[in-house]
Amino acid sequence: MLKKEGETRIPAGCAISGFINRSGRRTNGSVIVNSIACMHDRSNGLGGGYAGYGIYPEYKDQYAFHVFYDSNEARIKTEAFIDRHFDVINLSRIPTRKHPNITDEPLIWRYFVNPLPTKLQESQLDERTYVARCVIKINDKIDGAYVFSSGKNMGVFKAVGYPEDVGEFYRLDEYDGWAWTVHGRYPTNTPGWWGGAHPFALLDYTIVHNGEISSYDANRRFIEMFGYKCNLLTDTEVITYIIDYLNRRLGMPLEDVAKVIAAPFWSEIDSGRFSPEEVEKLRHFRNVYSSLLITGPFSIILGFNNGIMALNDRLKLRSMVAAEKGDTVYVSSEECSIRTMSPDVDRIWSPRGGEPIIVTLDK
Amino acid sequence: MAINYLNPLFEVVRNPDRCIKCRVCERQCANEVHHYDPDLDRMVADETSCVDCQRCVTLCPTRALKIRPNENQFRENGNWSQQIMDEVYKQAGSGGVLLSAMGNPREYPVYWDKILLNASQVTNPPIDPLREPMETKTFLGKKDQSIHYDENGKAVYEKNPYLELDVPIMFSAMSFGSISKNAHETLARAAQELGTYYNTGEGGLHKDFYKYGANTICQVASGRFGVFKEYLDTGAAIEIKMGQGAKPGIGGHLPGMKINEEISKTRMIPKGTDAISPAPHHDIYSIEDLRQLVLSLKEATNWEKPVIVKIAAVHNVAAIASGIARSGADIIAIDGYRGGTGAAPTRIRDNVGIPIELALASVDQRLRDEGIRNNISVVVGGSVRCSADVVKAVALGADAVYIATAALLAMGCHLCRSCNTGKCNWGIATQRADLVKRLNPDIAYKRLVNLVHAWDHEIKEMMGGMGINSIESLRGNRLMLRGIGLTQKELDILGIMHAGE
Repeated sequence: MLKKEGETRIPAGCAISGFINRSGRRTNGSVIVNSIACMHDRSNGLGGGYAGYGIYPEYKDQYAFHVFYDSNEARIKTEAFIDRHFDVINLSRIPTRKHPNITDEPLIWRYFVNPLPTKLQESQLDERTYVARCVIKINDKIDGAYVFSSGKNMGVFKAVGYPEDVGEFYRLDEYDGWAWTVHGRYPTNTPGWWGGAHPFALLDYTIVHNGEISSYDANRRFIEMFGYKCNLLTDTEVITYIIDYLNRRLGMPLEDVAKVIAAPFWSEIDSGRFSPEEVEKLRHFRNVYSSLLITGPFSIILGFNNGIMALNDRLKLRSMVAAEKGDTVYVSSEECSIRTMSPDVDRIWSPRGGEPIIVTLDK
Repeated sequence: MAINYLNPLFEVVRNPDRCIKCRVCERQCANEVHHYDPDLDRMVADETSCVDCQRCVTLCPTRALKIRPNENQFRENGNWSQQIMDEVYKQAGSGGVLLSAMGNPREYPVYWDKILLNASQVTNPPIDPLREPMETKTFLGKKDQSIHYDENGKAVYEKNPYLELDVPIMFSAMSFGSISKNAHETLARAAQELGTYYNTGEGGLHKDFYKYGANTICQVASGRFGVFKEYLDTGAAIEIKMGQGAKPGIGGHLPGMKINEEISKTRMIPKGTDAISPAPHHDIYSIEDLRQLVLSLKEATNWEKPVIVKIAAVHNVAAIASGIARSGADIIAIDGYRGGTGAAPTRIRDNVGIPIELALASVDQRLRDEGIRNNISVVVGGSVRCSADVVKAVALGADAVYIATAALLAMGCHLCRSCNTGKCNWGIATQRADLVKRLNPDIAYKRLVNLVHAWDHEIKEMMGGMGINSIESLRGNRLMLRGIGLTQKELDILGIMHAGE
């Protein structure tokens, strides 16, 4: 029998795409669905998914949990856990549309929740850490339950299938967001577990990723020291945790996060193109955060509560193109997919390996 | 006269058609095996004192010599091997403790040889070190990850003292005394050229070598030989030697006959006295005492130098390492039971301690389980024999390795394991001036540099094959390893899967 994600490590190739509107203008989900449809051949029908930001304005202050259940028992256990730790404002099944190519669906539920103040205080954690710990606990401890989205005013939608079919299945044409990212998966073997599709999310961080990182186990064994559990054994999961650790927990800005995970080569650091102060910082980063360096091919789009970051590995071993049109910035594995969203962009370029593109909402 | 029950271990085979009676072998052998017999007009040999160091074989201009095991044998016995019987005869004659040198030579498993490495195919490209950057620079020391940003967005962080290595390989402790001055000079100059470090061992530092201080690790052992303020200030780091893989549980020995003028000055002890280090440090009877010594040494050196604590790999090494990681030390060095020595009681060398591969795997995992792996860097030695061993050690979790036996081999050592006699024909483990001068540091240090460069190239090739272009992404990356022919228990301890899984 094939082992699912979490029981074995499954390398995958992929397509990614995404965009953000700086001024916060919301765009219909069908646009991102079209962008990935034209890269059909980069996926193999074993996984697709989306992250949309700004999609739940009516519940923007609650954490939105999207959960897969294998059974009603898992749902009952999980809901009991959620009730013990959160105040549930709303719950429902996530609306889907029957699709001939999307089968074997699990139970898919959505909860808008606030942490219970007494529990939160008791935990001696800040709110986001509390929520993250609860999510990790459900995913680690409750068999057959998997929280695949847990941020505010954002949501992940993913399934086994081609990404364009997944978009129709989840009725993304009924959501509008100021940023969207998408992932089409080409795994080398998988039994088709829905939780294994991308994006991977923790709180409002989502990652779509194309690549196979060679540093995986070094990163995993290191980050697990800080309360994370890499249950899925996927690159995307460990990258998300690394970013959560550096950005949220250590308070490092994303520009510096990129300098840790895609650190400049020593030959660049010593090349004289950086100021002595910057050289000192880069040397310090390569010393103390060395176990968080990510090697091997990757292109990722990180979504977060007010922006996106696109980043290539430092050798640029995966394709990634960026473009700009007015106040919208596009990133994709291939130019064709950007052209489907905006045929006449103002500027299009290929970002250098290790150089992040960070775009945030105008205040 | 009593019967000598001992058989010569070796046989000297001389091809009379090739021998030109030049007497090189006679002049080269400090054990006085060869001599010229004028009556017979030929070279003869007294094999009883031959140690198979291969000096005569290597220098014989006509390649007339061979040393091979003595074919004479006792009646075969599966329980009482000839070696064990010989040892009984020896002790019955002398009444003394058996002494040996260099690492445990017995046929215990070598786990390095039961671990295989991964390489990229299709889903992930291998990287070509001839065409792309491939990095092996390594930092050793505590890694404090806390950081904050001031109002201008400038990063503010603490810097802990560290060692910076251009290659993840250092030269392990060998004292001046156990090895010659020329051998020490060789190590110091090679370390400087390679951008790495050598270790003084417990015998202090000769004044002539203070100039290599930036590449020197100064050891403080239980005998405290040669330890004073200037010594501590000179090195790049200080190593507290708690134990040694070749002889866990006992201290160093240097017989008085090796304590000549220079060694006496360097060690700060009288000429000709035995230098016997106590088994424990007499100010360290538990972990809290170790912490005090670590902090005292830091205080003495203005908190500028990383402190290494070296221990032998013993059964509860993981718990000990956990204590050391909380002691204020910056680096822990673990020495496996194969580690070399200039002299150790044979029974201890051959029966005490555990393999470094297992010790490393359990220490690294334990420190991660406790969330304190960042407190300390892990260096392993005893024995790392080639670049593949280095790659496997790093993938199991080591930050860097110590090599010593391999470094001596680069200088000409042939592992005859007779360092304790002080008659090293290669000029390495001896203080006899006529022998010491056989080791030319100008040549030897280049050979040592060559060796480490060669390993570095090979490490880069293996990393590139795995799709890794920086050594830090290999560190602790056990998914790159698979066991072969190991039991599930062994795999569990090593934290790796079996080949094919």
